Amino acid sequence: MNPPHTLQSYTEMRVLRTTNIRAKPADMRLSLVCGSLHGPLHAARDQVARRGTSATELTTAYLRQLHSAETQLQCFLAVDDEYALRQAALIDSRLAQGEDVGPLAGVPIAVKDNLCTQGLQTTAGSRGLHGFVPTYDATAVARLRAAGAVVLGKTNMDEFGMGSSCENSGYQPTFNPWDTKHVPGGSSGGSAAAVAAKQCIAALGSDTGGSIRQPASFCGVVGVKPTYGRVSRNGLVAYASSLDCVGPIAQSVADAAAVLTVIAGSDLADATCSQKPVEDYTAGLLPLDNLSSKPLAFKRLALIQEACGEGVDAGVTAALAGAVRHLQELGAEVEQVSLPSFAAGLPAYYVIALSEASSNLSRYDGVRFGQRGAANELKNMYASSRHSGLGSEVARRILMGTYALSAGYYDAYYKRAQQVRTLVRREMNMALGRFDALLCPAAPTTAYRVGEKLCDPLSMYKGDLMTVNLNLAGLPAVCLPCGFSGQAAGNALPVGMQLIGRAFGEADLLKLAHIYEQTSGVVTILPSVFIESASAKHD
Amino acid sequence: MTYYSMGMQVVRCCSRAGVPGPCTRQWAVQLRSLAATGACRRASSGTCTAALRNVAAAASAAGVATDGASISSSSSSTSTQPAAKVDYEAVIGIETHVQLSTKTKAFCSCASEFGAEPNSNICPVCLGHPGTLPVLNADVVRKGVLAGLALDATICLSSKFDRKQYFYPDLPKGYQISQYDVPLCEGGWVEVVVPDSGAGTSVRRIGITRAHLEEDAGKLVHGGAASLSGSDYSLVDFNRAGVPLLEIVSEPDLRTGAEAAAYGAEMRRIMRFLGVSDGNMAEGSMRCDVNISVRPRGRAAFGTKVEIKNMNSFNAMQRAIEFEIVRQVDALEGGREGEVVQETRLWDEGRQCTYSMRKKEGLADYRYFPEPDLPELTLTEAYVQELRASMPELPRQLRERLLGLGLSQYDVLVLSDDAEVAAYFDAVLAAGAPAKPAANWVMGDVMAHCKEVRLGWEQLAARMAPAALAEMISLIEDGTISGKIGKDVLPALLAGEGGAGGGSVRALVEARGLVQISDPAALAAIVDGVLAANSKQLQAYREGKTKLQGFFVGAVMKESKGRANPKELNRILMQRLAAPPS
Repeated sequence: MNPPHTLQSYTEMRVLRTTNIRAKPADMRLSLVCGSLHGPLHAARDQVARRGTSATELTTAYLRQLHSAETQLQCFLAVDDEYALRQAALIDSRLAQGEDVGPLAGVPIAVKDNLCTQGLQTTAGSRGLHGFVPTYDATAVARLRAAGAVVLGKTNMDEFGMGSSCENSGYQPTFNPWDTKHVPGGSSGGSAAAVAAKQCIAALGSDTGGSIRQPASFCGVVGVKPTYGRVSRNGLVAYASSLDCVGPIAQSVADAAAVLTVIAGSDLADATCSQKPVEDYTAGLLPLDNLSSKPLAFKRLALIQEACGEGVDAGVTAALAGAVRHLQELGAEVEQVSLPSFAAGLPAYYVIALSEASSNLSRYDGVRFGQRGAANELKNMYASSRHSGLGSEVARRILMGTYALSAGYYDAYYKRAQQVRTLVRREMNMALGRFDALLCPAAPTTAYRVGEKLCDPLSMYKGDLMTVNLNLAGLPAVCLPCGFSGQAAGNALPVGMQLIGRAFGEADLLKLAHIYEQTSGVVTILPSVFIESASAKHD
Repeated sequence: MTYYSMGMQVVRCCSRAGVPGPCTRQWAVQLRSLAATGACRRASSGTCTAALRNVAAAASAAGVATDGASISSSSSSTSTQPAAKVDYEAVIGIETHVQLSTKTKAFCSCASEFGAEPNSNICPVCLGHPGTLPVLNADVVRKGVLAGLALDATICLSSKFDRKQYFYPDLPKGYQISQYDVPLCEGGWVEVVVPDSGAGTSVRRIGITRAHLEEDAGKLVHGGAASLSGSDYSLVDFNRAGVPLLEIVSEPDLRTGAEAAAYGAEMRRIMRFLGVSDGNMAEGSMRCDVNISVRPRGRAAFGTKVEIKNMNSFNAMQRAIEFEIVRQVDALEGGREGEVVQETRLWDEGRQCTYSMRKKEGLADYRYFPEPDLPELTLTEAYVQELRASMPELPRQLRERLLGLGLSQYDVLVLSDDAEVAAYFDAVLAAGAPAKPAANWVMGDVMAHCKEVRLGWEQLAARMAPAALAEMISLIEDGTISGKIGKDVLPALLAGEGGAGGGSVRALVEARGLVQISDPAALAAIVDGVLAANSKQLQAYREGKTKLQGFFVGAVMKESKGRANPKELNRILMQRLAAPPS
């Protein structure tokens, strides 16, 4: 069986096209791809819909790639081949009967392990939830399934989303497909690495303080953090309820847009989910050949001044500067904007996130589900269940959150943090009143080495500087590759750019990101994992 | 009752179409060999008896004054200081948890019925499963607002929910969703009718501090012991977890056990009249926690406050308060102030005393913070007005109306105690019966019948239409039948033979030949016959044995098979007896 859509052919095609763009930015017609949107998701679903391939063939191909890359990457906590193939077979039989299976018919997707999947173990990366099989699907997962997607498995993550490197998983670290000595970022590191390694077409992640954007940046893929309330949190294992967002990670902006269109929208099971109608986020995305030579004319963008100074790697700064030049070439006006509260967001974020987390994680007491510690006294049973079930980073965060909410400290920490949150939100919204989008790096560095920051939690927390303000403000952002750092040294690692939009302005934001992606020609090399596996095959 | 042990394995729960819904599979948790976090230590039996000795004295003292109980040191048998006689008063506040009678729970779609098979009304949401979120039940808000309006409280158009955090096996999420600093209802009062030492009553207004919405916890069932301490294992039934509660906090305005009982009864009456709760204390759908301290009368500062729980009737609440007043006064009088500490005590119904459950070392830190899973609760003025307009008559208004009908205080209290009784009574009035005889019948034979055969008043109305009772009353009033015949006819009416009134009762009475003989001529004939047949007694009467009048009445009644109109019979009989022999 040779599915018409092969990973190699797609990548080659993309390399060809981007090379052409680089050579002749004005002559974009050369890289025209039959008018269809760019990305393996669009290609795959068109193939399935045209019956050029079957969901089963597609799923089989992806499972093969998944397992082949998995030994090096460890992206998944649970993969159930039979389970995936059963879903695929069902879709094929429905297609055979002429049914409209949905916009993601046959698309193999991975789901971050903090999203509940009925009948498939969900641990949120925690030992405490080992063996926990949810009785229901998270709303985002249920919507993917209803749209015809095939869930391949559950991706690794920092325990309960608490971490930025996937090293805080209770089970295993995940490695970066670009260089397996480096972390994939986190907490949605499993999802981002799996997408980058093409173990799946797209994945769901969650973003509380950057957990979609930072790993997308580290792994050179596209991540969308939607507006708070755009995607239902029902079934998302809560980390910090007022900040948590579910969003897609994909290989292209158009693919991410297609997934977001499916999962977004009001939900009776989530009272904080917006009632605003959902747009088709792919509708405004123009194929390359339909773009004018200055597609971003009259767009006003601003670089966040505070996000570009001290503490940001030179390679990241350079890549971003290149991106700014390209945006200007496309006709956009790019200014600088100062957000004085920018740096205050990080401590406020940690106070709020950890306070909420200390409360949200109280339910892991060993009484009703998950692991129960043995003890002959109630208090000891709680202590034993929680000590053995929850990792040290989680314990640290629960302790800090509990402290912040304690009588006598509440006003100084939680209340003050909420005031800072209001300030951050106001400032960002004011800036977005003047500009169509704000931009900054998704992380101050590229993917760091495994173990590099493990013993220095504070420096890992600092890495969230670029992303947390958005969660405080509830705003949407798209993170997409904007270049490489360290290319000259031979260990090129991707750099991600963050485009920040107005609340519920995902459509505009995705349009902007799509135009940039289609014209910048950034990703031209393969992650090392393919080179290694290719050489392994030749042995 | 069947309980399931979850043990270490994962138990799957059915759900429909991927959306968390009510579980069909039952499950529970078994916590084996768990000792109590707060060990229950009972008061020594010595303390218990000592305090009991004084209960009677306190109870009598408690009822005397309406503005506060007078408990003097002289009532204490253990007092050793006869010289200084300090007059104490109790300061009492009550926290009432009212279970709102919504079809489903506060934050999920599970049924909130009482008495279901353990762990049959549960779902991932009320079990606090990972990823689940609360969604507020609109009916909870509606019922909470109705209750707030009935308590004359201010309804906060913008309130919010908070998390109250603590660990306990019956609390699924490790926090309770409650309202902390911005409750749904603030301020208010309730009118309480307190029986005083005589036959009368006095009326007091008790302030309401606040009323807020929250969710209930599950229920622990201990194996091998009454409490968690000492039990071999404990089981959790989560049917009650997430059931909506309205917690109503009173001002410390109450002074006696009798007032507290009256307050509780009025609160229950209000909730029942509104239809927002069934207020059943035995089933736990209404629970009262008492905060009580004593102080020398005239002192403004409060004494040390003790909380009492575990009373399953208003009567028990009264006795618990009376016991506690004596215990505290006794301790203070005896120089044992150390025995009155800030703590939670439980009422032991069997031994009629309170005992210490846990000492409160400072204030428990519940680490309240705003519930991020629920948006602010915003109500419109129009919504509140609409509910205000839909309010039924409240007990206080009913009492005023009934007093206006000329009924006695006692009648009013009996009739207004239960909305169903009041509704039946009103229907009897509406069918034309005068108030006083209607009250007598409803409160008398009819109520006795309902109690005897355990018949609800709505069921009663289905059998004996209020109009049928009204017609019977009118037959008595117009002399068609006597009150005695009325009592004889009642069973037939209770069996439905009175139809819907409007002539059917008269037809029944006539068919049975029970219509009174009021015709003077007919009565005179019977009287004459009786007198003729008892000439000896007649002579004796006329010679001065006037006591024999009763004998003649009885004889005439017997002769008329009870149908003689008593009034007319007496008139004719006296006429004949007085008449000189012809």
